Amino acid sequence: MEQRAQLYGVMGEFETAHQLLHAAEQVRDAGYKHMDAYAPFPVEGLSEALGLGRNLVPLVTLLGGLGGGLGGFGFEYWVNIVSYPMNIAGRPLNSWPAFIPVTFELTVLGAALSAVFGMIALNGLPRPHHPVFNVHRFLRASSDKFFICIEATDPKFNLAETARFLHGLNAQHVTEVQDE
Amino acid sequence: MSAAQPPVNHPEIRRLVPVLAPGHTYESVTEKISGVVLTRPLGLGWLAGFALAFSLLMMLTVAVAWLIAKGVGIWGINIPIGWGFAIVNFVWWIGIGHAGTLISAILFLLNQKWRTSINRFAEAMTLFAVACAGLFPLIHTGRPWMAYYMFPYPSTMGIWPQFRSPLIWDVFAVSTYGTVSLLFWFVGLIPDLATLRDRAPHQWQRMIFGALAMGWRGSARHWHRYQSAYMLLAGLATPLVLSVHTVVSFDFSVAIVPGWHTTIFPPYFVAGAIYSGFAMVLTIAIPLRAAYGLQDFITMRHLENMAKVMLATGLIVAYGYFFEWFLAGYSGNKFDMFLVQQRFHGPYSPYYFALILCNILTPQLLWIQKVRRNIPALFVMSLIINTGMWLERFVIVVISLTRDFMPSAWGRYSATVWDYATFVGTLGLFTTLLFLFARALPAIAMAEMRELVAHQTEEHE
Repeated sequence: MEQRAQLYGVMGEFETAHQLLHAAEQVRDAGYKHMDAYAPFPVEGLSEALGLGRNLVPLVTLLGGLGGGLGGFGFEYWVNIVSYPMNIAGRPLNSWPAFIPVTFELTVLGAALSAVFGMIALNGLPRPHHPVFNVHRFLRASSDKFFICIEATDPKFNLAETARFLHGLNAQHVTEVQDE
Repeated sequence: MSAAQPPVNHPEIRRLVPVLAPGHTYESVTEKISGVVLTRPLGLGWLAGFALAFSLLMMLTVAVAWLIAKGVGIWGINIPIGWGFAIVNFVWWIGIGHAGTLISAILFLLNQKWRTSINRFAEAMTLFAVACAGLFPLIHTGRPWMAYYMFPYPSTMGIWPQFRSPLIWDVFAVSTYGTVSLLFWFVGLIPDLATLRDRAPHQWQRMIFGALAMGWRGSARHWHRYQSAYMLLAGLATPLVLSVHTVVSFDFSVAIVPGWHTTIFPPYFVAGAIYSGFAMVLTIAIPLRAAYGLQDFITMRHLENMAKVMLATGLIVAYGYFFEWFLAGYSGNKFDMFLVQQRFHGPYSPYYFALILCNILTPQLLWIQKVRRNIPALFVMSLIINTGMWLERFVIVVISLTRDFMPSAWGRYSATVWDYATFVGTLGLFTTLLFLFARALPAIAMAEMRELVAHQTEEHE
């Protein structure tokens, strides 16, 4: 039991993106739920192979953009019409077309900030320590190797069986991942 | 292979130069690009170049310090020419930045694979150009320590900025542009920073790159959100880049000064920005690929494509010049017609003819494929276009201001040594930052290059 609490999962290494994709599909079809794949670049179709659904980044970006735009226009309106109105030759105070450039810029700014910080936050970053970094060969996950890790929290997880299963998928190095 | 398929590898069929030289693997691409940062010793060439750039940067600090001590009187500006070199340089620099965003955002949305190896340093170029550009409006205010008045903050004076003014639009456009460019660049860098963290030979490098990479581990879930965010940023940066130079052109066209008050300004400014920006990308790419042996990644295809973009945007700019003449005549406005006449025959006509030569006539050589594929010729061409675009802004700013409505308000402008020192100094700032960037961060996006390798190997399978 004690050792079990320290175990994060089992990791298998793959040579090509194609093998990784194939293996991810097999892992999903075998009924595993708690797993993740690691690749040095975004592999096309990998999210589908792992059964990942839609992510929240577009929604967060939309909300950020709306917030920036509406907030920006509202602020300009409040500043130039309510708080500090200037009557220039009797022109209408609410000259809204003149407020559009700044509204547009703030829409883009709000959306861009929420896209980036939303993506970072939803990814749970910054997180400098993670159990997968304890696997020595994982250093190459950012260069040229591909990995799948099936996590110990998965209901179907069994150290010996899962490791054998990964071997069966032609994984080159199958290692335990310890959570220190 | 069935007989019906064309013989794609037949030697007689002219094929495009590939965007990545054949035979590369994930490891070779990563090693080559990260090696420049991690293992390559500092060469004499880098040190000499950096020393020159840094001394120009020091000249900038002297020029700016003297300006702050004495005021804008040390420049050649006067009344009526209140906008001299400062605004010329501002528009020139901000325009140069635009190509970086165009390459990273618009070409990404259009799925142009050739952007991959040039987008990283083009984005860096954007950031550094925006830094140089932002300096000028700041120091030309005369009292730069009061520049925060431009931002809407709850002041004890109870006053607020005038949001109907193009100058305030400019503050928001340029600062948003700088921020979004930085975000875009940083997001692109995250996976590469992780690569550097994992490959760095020294502990201190691992710590710096590790902190910047924020623990990126290439998880599929992370890539999933990352790609969404990157695509959205590209989609946001595309209208943004068009808006920025549009707003810059509003600084001119909203005024009633002859030669400024035209509706052609926004598209003509944006085209000019992309034109000069691509010229600057070539000016940087050609020495960079030679110095670090990156010819496999920045191939002739890239150089030729950039030359074609320059030719196309140059023609739009030429159309803009033509329309300035046409609209002046068609409007029947005597001040506008007089201004066109002054461009050809006034005291600054040599600048105007030099501008036509640099921006319209010389680039027509790019119709010839031999010129597009001749690297020294392209390099010289890029310098000529950069000069031409600087002259264009000089003509717009100075000729109009020296010849407005009343002859009693006419004037002359000549730059002083401090104007030149500030301008050349920003060239030093720009080059210093580029030199540091080339050695501190991967100049080519490694993760995207690996994607390109994956596509290439799939095609071969």
